[in-house]
Amino acid sequence: MAVGKEIRTKIGSIKNTQKITRAMEMVAASKMRRTKERMQATRPFSKKIAQIIKHLAHANPEYKHSFLHKRDVKRVGLIIISSDRGLCGGLNSNLFRKTIVQLMEWHKQGIEVDVCTIGTKAFSFFSNLKQINVTGHISKIGDTPHLEDIVGIINIMLTAYEQNKIDQLYVVSNGFVNTMIQKPNVERLLPIVAGELTDGVSKSHWDYIYEPDAKQMLDHLLTRYIESTVYQGLVENNACEQAARMVAMKSASDNAGKIIKELQLIYNKARQAAITQEISEIVAGAAAV
Amino acid sequence: MTMTVHVDIVSAENEIFSGLAEMVFAPAELGEVGISPRHAPFLSKLNPGEVRVKVSETESYPFFISGGILEVQPHLVTILADTAIRAKDIDESAALEAKAKAEEALKDKTGKIDFEAAHTQLTQAIMQLRTLDRVRKRGDH
Repeated sequence: MAVGKEIRTKIGSIKNTQKITRAMEMVAASKMRRTKERMQATRPFSKKIAQIIKHLAHANPEYKHSFLHKRDVKRVGLIIISSDRGLCGGLNSNLFRKTIVQLMEWHKQGIEVDVCTIGTKAFSFFSNLKQINVTGHISKIGDTPHLEDIVGIINIMLTAYEQNKIDQLYVVSNGFVNTMIQKPNVERLLPIVAGELTDGVSKSHWDYIYEPDAKQMLDHLLTRYIESTVYQGLVENNACEQAARMVAMKSASDNAGKIIKELQLIYNKARQAAITQEISEIVAGAAAV
Repeated sequence: MTMTVHVDIVSAENEIFSGLAEMVFAPAELGEVGISPRHAPFLSKLNPGEVRVKVSETESYPFFISGGILEVQPHLVTILADTAIRAKDIDESAALEAKAKAEEALKDKTGKIDFEAAHTQLTQAIMQLRTLDRVRKRGDH
């Protein structure tokens, strides 16, 4: 029967798409579990080092490291962490939107921007913007990022900061709240400013005793801090990507199911109409004889 | 009651220890240090070696760390280790093997090996074994 041939092909192709989205959903779900574990494993370290840095900002050191020193802002550095692949809902576009808002604000104040991007999506988006200058890029890091992968980019930014080429350093990435919610964050790394005090820290005028010496120690600690924060951002962004993809693919599969149902209904109606018409034609023919 | 200080030991991979202690011993870069409660603020790099957390007169927890950073506040001690393992989780045979391998690599004078990496590996293996030794001698394993 020739009825509804197009509808049948359409149903078939949507079913195929649904198979793909469902497979992607399951892959993302299992990857999410792993990336989430990795994210949670590295969280204590980055939290603790951030805490130490906070204490350090309250100390009154004889040796002032340039990372702790505030300068007038003429140019800022930005490390943007995005995913390599798409099909993860609004994850990257939300992040970029937030970044753009921040960029506009800087633009109004006449502040120029240097950008290092991690991930293909950020690179293809920000390399097309005229106002900013992309100084470094890395992508295809994969699901198991290593510190060595991002050390290069961090060094570009830190050197620029030490040479007074940039006066502030920010990192932009998605923060993992839960599977359904990912929050884009713009966080300032440099210069380090004193935040709220935690318990157990002396409140009077004090300084650390440094071993072996202040400069060496602070260089090591601060570099480690920046690395750990960016690394944490990357690991977290990975978990976000998988979670967002899982959710996006789930709704895609659901939507495909809905469309298939509707098309099936239309198809059945068309088929029934054709049969009815045929019968009434036969009956009419018989009556005429 | 004896005075205690809050101790946190974290490695890049996970949280190893968090709790109160009477004293902490750590291998600082310029020699081993013992930290009591109300120690002056102190910041140091750590060498590979044993970190020992004395919780009470009779109880102490030994850990092996492969280097890191130590921060001391009067009521707070934080150790950021590159990698950390509980002394009882040290795999002695693996450490011995790593030591032998590193020594082998260092003997190889053809210049093909990464001298620095081999050397680090050797120090770490030796320190792991030494940690084990010390733990056994104290008999609190």
